Amino acid sequence: MSKCEECDADISIPSDALEGEIVTCPECGASFELAKGSDGFDLKPAQTVGEDWGQ
Amino acid sequence: MNPDVTILYDTIRWEEKSLLEAGKKKDINIQMIDCKKLALDLEKKPEEYGVVIQRCVSYYRNLHSTAALEGLGVKVINCLNTGVFAGNKLFTHMLLKKFKVPTPDATVAFSKDAALQALETQGYPKVIKPTVGSWGRLISKLNDKDAAEGIIESRENMYPIYQVHYLEEFVKRPPRDIRAIMVGDKIVAAIYRISKHWKTNMALGGVAEPCEVTQEMEEMCIKAKNAVQGDIVGVDLMESDEKGLVVHEVNNTTEYKNTVRVCEVDIPSLMLEYALKIEK
Repeated sequence: MSKCEECDADISIPSDALEGEIVTCPECGASFELAKGSDGFDLKPAQTVGEDWGQ
Repeated sequence: MNPDVTILYDTIRWEEKSLLEAGKKKDINIQMIDCKKLALDLEKKPEEYGVVIQRCVSYYRNLHSTAALEGLGVKVINCLNTGVFAGNKLFTHMLLKKFKVPTPDATVAFSKDAALQALETQGYPKVIKPTVGSWGRLISKLNDKDAAEGIIESRENMYPIYQVHYLEEFVKRPPRDIRAIMVGDKIVAAIYRISKHWKTNMALGGVAEPCEVTQEMEEMCIKAKNAVQGDIVGVDLMESDEKGLVVHEVNNTTEYKNTVRVCEVDIPSLMLEYALKIEK
Protein backbone atom coordinates (compact mmCIF):
# COMPACT_ATOMS: atom_id res chain seq x y z
CA MET A 1 0.00 0.00 0.00
CA SER A 2 1.27 3.48 -0.89
CA LYS A 3 0.01 6.96 -0.15
CA CYS A 4 -1.26 9.35 -2.79
CA GLU A 5 1.01 12.41 -2.93
CA GLU A 6 -1.96 14.57 -3.83
CA CYS A 7 -4.65 13.58 -1.32
CA ASP A 8 -2.92 11.11 1.02
CA ALA A 9 -5.41 8.32 0.20
CA ASP A 10 -4.23 4.73 0.19
CA ILE A 11 -3.30 3.36 -3.23
CA SER A 12 -3.03 -0.40 -3.46
CA ILE A 13 -0.44 -1.76 -5.87
CA PRO A 14 -1.45 -5.01 -7.60
CA SER A 15 0.68 -8.04 -6.78
CA ASP A 16 1.52 -8.51 -10.48
CA ALA A 17 2.46 -4.84 -10.97
CA LEU A 18 5.36 -3.99 -13.24
CA GLU A 19 7.74 -1.06 -13.29
CA GLY A 20 6.35 1.63 -15.56
CA GLU A 21 2.73 0.68 -14.93
CA ILE A 22 0.28 3.49 -14.26
CA VAL A 23 -1.86 3.38 -11.11
CA THR A 24 -4.63 5.81 -10.29
CA CYS A 25 -5.65 7.12 -6.90
CA PRO A 26 -9.17 5.82 -6.17
CA GLU A 27 -10.10 9.04 -4.37
CA CYS A 28 -8.66 11.99 -6.31
CA GLY A 29 -7.94 10.31 -9.65
CA ALA A 30 -4.27 11.39 -9.81
CA SER A 31 -2.14 9.04 -11.91
CA PHE A 32 1.24 7.73 -10.85
CA GLU A 33 3.88 5.65 -12.58
CA LEU A 34 5.42 2.78 -10.62
CA ALA A 35 9.16 3.17 -10.23
CA LYS A 36 11.48 0.71 -8.56
CA GLY A 37 12.28 1.80 -5.02
CA SER A 38 14.46 0.38 -2.29
CA ASP A 39 11.49 -1.49 -0.87
CA GLY A 40 9.08 -2.37 -3.69
CA PHE A 41 7.66 0.42 -5.82
CA ASP A 42 7.72 4.18 -5.42
CA LEU A 43 5.07 6.37 -6.97
CA LYS A 44 6.10 9.17 -9.28
CA PRO A 45 3.65 11.53 -11.01
CA ALA A 46 2.72 10.05 -14.38
CA GLN A 47 3.13 12.00 -17.61
CA THR A 48 -0.23 13.18 -18.81
CA VAL A 49 -1.13 11.95 -22.27
CA GLY A 50 1.59 13.18 -24.61
CA GLU A 51 0.82 15.06 -27.78
CA ASP A 52 2.26 12.23 -29.83
CA TRP A 53 0.72 9.33 -27.90
CA GLY A 54 -1.40 6.85 -29.76
CA GLN A 55 -1.42 3.56 -31.56
CA MET B 1 19.96 -16.46 -21.11
CA ASN B 2 19.23 -14.46 -24.25
CA PRO B 3 15.66 -13.28 -24.67
CA ASP B 4 13.46 -14.77 -27.37
CA VAL B 5 11.37 -11.65 -27.53
CA THR B 6 11.83 -8.11 -26.23
CA ILE B 7 8.81 -5.96 -25.47
CA LEU B 8 9.88 -2.35 -25.94
CA TYR B 9 7.48 -0.06 -24.10
CA ASP B 10 7.24 3.35 -22.53
CA THR B 11 4.00 2.85 -20.60
CA ILE B 12 2.73 -0.45 -19.25
CA ARG B 13 -0.86 -0.94 -20.32
CA TRP B 14 -3.03 -4.04 -20.29
CA GLU B 15 -1.58 -4.98 -23.69
CA GLU B 16 2.03 -5.07 -22.52
CA LYS B 17 1.21 -6.98 -19.33
CA SER B 18 -0.77 -9.52 -21.30
CA LEU B 19 2.19 -10.14 -23.62
CA LEU B 20 4.40 -10.82 -20.61
CA GLU B 21 1.79 -13.16 -19.11
CA ALA B 22 1.38 -15.01 -22.41
CA GLY B 23 5.14 -15.43 -22.60
CA LYS B 24 5.25 -16.96 -19.13
CA LYS B 25 2.47 -19.41 -20.01
CA LYS B 26 4.22 -20.45 -23.22
CA ASP B 27 7.68 -20.62 -21.63
CA ILE B 28 8.98 -17.90 -23.94
CA ASN B 29 11.84 -15.85 -22.53
CA ILE B 30 10.52 -12.27 -22.57
CA GLN B 31 12.64 -9.23 -21.87
CA MET B 32 10.78 -6.04 -20.93
CA ILE B 33 12.63 -2.81 -21.78
CA ASP B 34 11.41 0.63 -20.82
CA CYS B 35 12.37 2.77 -23.80
CA LYS B 36 12.59 5.84 -21.54
CA LYS B 37 15.63 4.24 -19.92
CA LEU B 38 17.25 3.09 -23.14
CA ALA B 39 20.42 4.60 -24.61
CA LEU B 40 21.64 2.93 -27.79
CA ASP B 41 25.22 3.32 -29.00
CA LEU B 42 24.60 3.53 -32.71
CA GLU B 43 28.19 2.57 -33.51
CA LYS B 44 28.20 -0.69 -31.59
CA LYS B 45 26.65 -4.11 -32.05
CA PRO B 46 23.65 -4.12 -29.74
CA GLU B 47 22.92 -6.44 -26.87
CA GLU B 48 20.76 -9.47 -27.43
CA TYR B 49 17.12 -8.61 -28.00
CA GLY B 50 15.65 -11.55 -29.91
CA VAL B 51 12.69 -10.18 -31.85
CA VAL B 52 11.54 -6.79 -30.61
CA ILE B 53 7.82 -6.15 -30.38
CA GLN B 54 7.54 -2.37 -30.54
CA ARG B 55 4.91 -1.13 -28.07
CA CYS B 56 5.92 2.47 -27.36
CA VAL B 57 2.87 4.68 -27.11
CA SER B 58 4.85 7.81 -28.00
CA TYR B 59 4.94 8.08 -31.79
CA TYR B 60 8.36 9.75 -31.94
CA ARG B 61 9.93 7.40 -29.40
CA ASN B 62 8.42 4.46 -31.25
CA LEU B 63 9.69 5.58 -34.66
CA HIS B 64 13.19 6.53 -33.59
CA SER B 65 13.84 3.49 -31.40
CA THR B 66 12.68 1.28 -34.27
CA ALA B 67 14.99 3.11 -36.68
CA ALA B 68 17.95 2.67 -34.34
CA LEU B 69 17.36 -1.00 -33.53
CA GLU B 70 16.52 -1.98 -37.08
CA GLY B 71 19.60 -0.14 -38.32
CA LEU B 72 21.69 -2.12 -35.85
CA GLY B 73 20.33 -5.36 -37.32
CA VAL B 74 17.59 -6.17 -34.82
CA LYS B 75 14.27 -7.51 -36.11
CA VAL B 76 11.52 -5.15 -34.97
CA ILE B 77 7.76 -5.70 -35.31
CA ASN B 78 6.58 -3.56 -36.96
CA CYS B 79 9.46 -2.40 -39.12
CA LEU B 80 10.51 1.22 -39.60
CA ASN B 81 8.68 1.55 -42.92
CA THR B 82 5.43 0.52 -41.25
CA GLY B 83 5.98 3.09 -38.52
CA VAL B 84 6.56 5.80 -41.12
CA PHE B 85 3.76 4.78 -43.49
CA ALA B 86 1.04 3.83 -41.00
CA GLY B 87 1.95 6.71 -38.70
CA ASN B 88 0.88 9.23 -41.31
CA LYS B 89 -2.65 9.32 -42.71
CA LEU B 90 -1.59 10.90 -46.00
CA PHE B 91 1.19 8.35 -46.58
CA THR B 92 -1.23 5.54 -45.73
CA HIS B 93 -3.88 6.97 -48.04
CA MET B 94 -1.52 7.06 -51.02
CA LEU B 95 -0.36 3.48 -50.40
CA LEU B 96 -3.92 2.20 -49.98
CA LYS B 97 -4.78 3.76 -53.34
CA LYS B 98 -1.68 2.23 -54.92
CA PHE B 99 -2.61 -1.21 -53.58
CA LYS B 100 -6.24 -0.74 -54.73
CA VAL B 101 -7.70 -0.79 -51.23
CA PRO B 102 -10.95 1.23 -51.06
CA THR B 103 -10.44 4.25 -48.81
CA PRO B 104 -12.33 7.51 -48.25
CA ASP B 105 -11.58 10.28 -50.77
CA ALA B 106 -9.22 12.91 -49.44
CA THR B 107 -7.56 16.19 -50.35
CA VAL B 108 -4.41 17.73 -48.92
CA ALA B 109 -3.95 21.50 -48.81
CA PHE B 110 -0.83 23.31 -47.72
CA SER B 111 -2.23 26.59 -46.46
CA LYS B 112 -5.41 27.95 -44.91
CA ASP B 113 -6.44 29.68 -48.14
CA ALA B 114 -5.83 26.58 -50.26
CA ALA B 115 -7.82 24.44 -47.80
CA LEU B 116 -10.76 26.86 -47.75
CA GLN B 117 -10.72 27.08 -51.54
CA ALA B 118 -10.77 23.27 -51.84
CA LEU B 119 -13.66 23.07 -49.37
CA GLU B 120 -15.59 25.73 -51.27
CA THR B 121 -15.14 23.77 -54.49
CA GLN B 122 -15.87 20.31 -53.07
CA GLY B 123 -18.52 21.23 -50.51
CA TYR B 124 -19.23 20.37 -46.89
CA PRO B 125 -19.18 18.43 -44.63
CA LYS B 126 -15.58 17.25 -44.55
CA VAL B 127 -13.40 15.81 -41.82
CA ILE B 128 -10.08 17.48 -41.07
CA LYS B 129 -7.40 15.24 -39.60
CA PRO B 130 -3.82 15.80 -38.55
CA THR B 131 -1.67 13.60 -40.81
CA VAL B 132 0.12 12.39 -37.66
CA GLY B 133 -1.99 11.71 -34.58
CA SER B 134 -4.12 9.18 -32.83
CA TRP B 135 -7.06 8.50 -30.53
CA GLY B 136 -9.20 11.00 -32.45
CA ARG B 137 -7.15 13.99 -31.28
CA LEU B 138 -7.72 17.19 -33.25
CA ILE B 139 -10.00 15.45 -35.73
CA SER B 140 -12.89 17.77 -36.49
CA LYS B 141 -15.96 17.71 -38.66
CA LEU B 142 -16.22 20.81 -40.83
CA ASN B 143 -19.92 21.37 -41.39
CA ASP B 144 -19.67 24.76 -43.07
CA LYS B 145 -17.39 27.62 -43.99
CA ASP B 146 -17.60 29.27 -40.56
CA ALA B 147 -16.45 26.10 -38.81
CA ALA B 148 -13.70 25.55 -41.36
CA GLU B 149 -12.32 29.07 -41.04
CA GLY B 150 -12.19 28.87 -37.26
CA ILE B 151 -10.62 25.43 -37.03
CA ILE B 152 -8.11 25.91 -39.83
CA GLU B 153 -7.09 29.32 -38.52
CA SER B 154 -6.37 27.84 -35.09
CA ARG B 155 -4.10 25.28 -36.75
CA GLU B 156 -2.09 28.03 -38.42
CA ASN B 157 -0.65 28.75 -34.96
CA MET B 158 0.30 25.18 -34.16
CA TYR B 159 3.34 23.06 -34.91
CA PRO B 160 3.90 22.92 -38.72
CA ILE B 161 2.59 19.35 -39.11
CA TYR B 162 -0.87 20.73 -38.25
CA GLN B 163 -0.62 23.16 -41.14
CA VAL B 164 -0.75 20.28 -43.60
CA HIS B 165 -4.54 20.20 -43.93
CA TYR B 166 -5.74 16.66 -44.64
CA LEU B 167 -9.41 16.82 -45.61
CA GLU B 168 -11.34 13.56 -45.81
CA GLU B 169 -14.85 12.92 -47.09
CA PHE B 170 -17.41 12.49 -44.32
CA VAL B 171 -18.45 8.87 -44.85
CA LYS B 172 -22.13 8.13 -44.36
CA ARG B 173 -22.29 4.86 -42.46
CA PRO B 174 -23.90 3.06 -39.53
CA PRO B 175 -22.91 4.53 -36.12
CA ARG B 176 -19.89 2.28 -35.83
CA ASP B 177 -16.62 1.31 -37.47
CA ILE B 178 -14.57 -1.88 -37.43
CA ARG B 179 -11.17 -2.61 -35.92
CA ALA B 180 -9.59 -5.76 -37.34
CA ILE B 181 -6.46 -7.11 -35.67
CA MET B 182 -4.08 -8.63 -38.21
CA VAL B 183 -1.34 -11.03 -37.15
CA GLY B 184 0.48 -11.85 -40.35
CA ASP B 185 -1.97 -12.60 -43.15
CA LYS B 186 -4.92 -13.33 -40.91
CA ILE B 187 -7.53 -11.30 -39.08
CA VAL B 188 -7.34 -12.95 -35.67
CA ALA B 189 -10.31 -10.98 -34.32
CA ALA B 190 -12.41 -7.97 -35.20
CA ILE B 191 -14.74 -5.68 -33.28
CA TYR B 192 -17.35 -3.09 -34.05
CA ARG B 193 -16.63 0.17 -32.26
CA ILE B 194 -20.05 1.63 -31.64
CA SER B 195 -20.66 5.23 -30.65
CA LYS B 196 -23.40 7.83 -30.77
CA HIS B 197 -20.67 10.33 -31.59
CA TRP B 198 -19.38 10.31 -35.17
CA LYS B 199 -15.92 9.56 -33.77
CA THR B 200 -15.92 5.92 -32.70
CA ASN B 201 -12.50 5.71 -30.99
CA MET B 202 -12.47 3.52 -27.89
CA ALA B 203 -10.36 6.24 -26.27
CA LEU B 204 -13.36 8.54 -26.66
CA GLY B 205 -15.89 6.14 -25.17
CA GLY B 206 -16.80 3.86 -28.09
CA VAL B 207 -18.30 0.48 -27.10
CA ALA B 208 -16.91 -2.79 -28.47
CA GLU B 209 -18.89 -5.73 -29.86
CA PRO B 210 -17.62 -8.76 -31.78
CA CYS B 211 -17.61 -8.42 -35.57
CA GLU B 212 -17.82 -11.42 -37.86
CA VAL B 213 -14.89 -11.56 -40.25
CA THR B 214 -15.86 -11.90 -43.89
CA GLN B 215 -13.64 -13.02 -46.74
CA GLU B 216 -13.97 -9.58 -48.35
CA MET B 217 -12.86 -7.92 -45.13
CA GLU B 218 -9.88 -10.22 -44.70
CA GLU B 219 -8.69 -9.79 -48.29
CA MET B 220 -8.96 -6.03 -47.93
CA CYS B 221 -7.08 -6.04 -44.62
CA ILE B 222 -4.27 -8.21 -46.00
CA LYS B 223 -3.79 -5.71 -48.83
CA ALA B 224 -3.88 -2.80 -46.37
CA LYS B 225 -1.32 -4.49 -44.10
CA ASN B 226 0.95 -5.23 -47.05
CA ALA B 227 0.58 -1.67 -48.33
CA VAL B 228 2.28 -0.36 -45.18
CA GLN B 229 4.63 -3.39 -44.96
CA GLY B 230 3.19 -4.39 -41.59
CA ASP B 231 3.36 -7.62 -39.61
CA ILE B 232 0.96 -7.01 -36.72
CA VAL B 233 -1.43 -4.12 -37.28
CA GLY B 234 -4.93 -2.92 -36.48
CA VAL B 235 -6.90 -2.05 -39.59
CA ASP B 236 -9.83 0.37 -39.21
CA LEU B 237 -12.71 0.08 -41.66
CA MET B 238 -16.01 1.85 -42.20
CA GLU B 239 -19.13 0.50 -43.87
CA SER B 240 -19.83 3.28 -46.34
CA ASP B 241 -23.44 3.54 -47.53
CA GLU B 242 -22.12 4.31 -51.02
CA LYS B 243 -18.88 2.34 -51.37
CA GLY B 244 -19.21 -0.61 -49.00
CA LEU B 245 -16.16 -1.39 -46.86
CA VAL B 246 -13.43 1.25 -46.88
CA VAL B 247 -10.17 1.27 -44.92
CA HIS B 248 -9.47 4.59 -43.25
CA GLU B 249 -6.50 3.79 -41.05
CA VAL B 250 -3.83 1.21 -40.30
CA ASN B 251 -2.47 1.23 -36.74
CA ASN B 252 1.20 0.42 -36.26
CA THR B 253 1.07 -0.28 -32.51
CA THR B 254 -2.48 -1.45 -32.24
CA GLU B 255 -4.34 -1.68 -28.95
CA TYR B 256 -6.32 -4.90 -28.49
CA LYS B 257 -7.60 -4.99 -24.91
CA ASN B 258 -11.25 -4.59 -25.89
CA THR B 259 -10.90 -7.00 -28.82
CA VAL B 260 -9.57 -9.72 -26.51
CA ARG B 261 -12.31 -8.95 -23.98
CA VAL B 262 -15.26 -9.24 -26.36
CA CYS B 263 -13.91 -11.80 -28.86
CA GLU B 264 -12.15 -14.03 -26.31
CA VAL B 265 -9.21 -14.57 -28.66
CA ASP B 266 -5.76 -14.84 -27.11
CA ILE B 267 -4.17 -12.15 -29.27
CA PRO B 268 -1.01 -11.76 -27.12
CA SER B 269 -0.16 -15.47 -27.57
CA LEU B 270 -0.77 -15.24 -31.31
CA MET B 271 1.51 -12.21 -31.50
CA LEU B 272 4.32 -14.02 -29.69
CA GLU B 273 3.93 -17.16 -31.82
CA TYR B 274 4.10 -15.01 -34.94
CA ALA B 275 7.17 -13.13 -33.69
CA LEU B 276 9.03 -16.37 -33.00
CA LYS B 277 7.99 -17.84 -36.35
CA ILE B 278 9.30 -14.95 -38.43
CA GLU B 279 12.58 -14.85 -36.51
CA LYS B 280 13.41 -18.34 -37.76
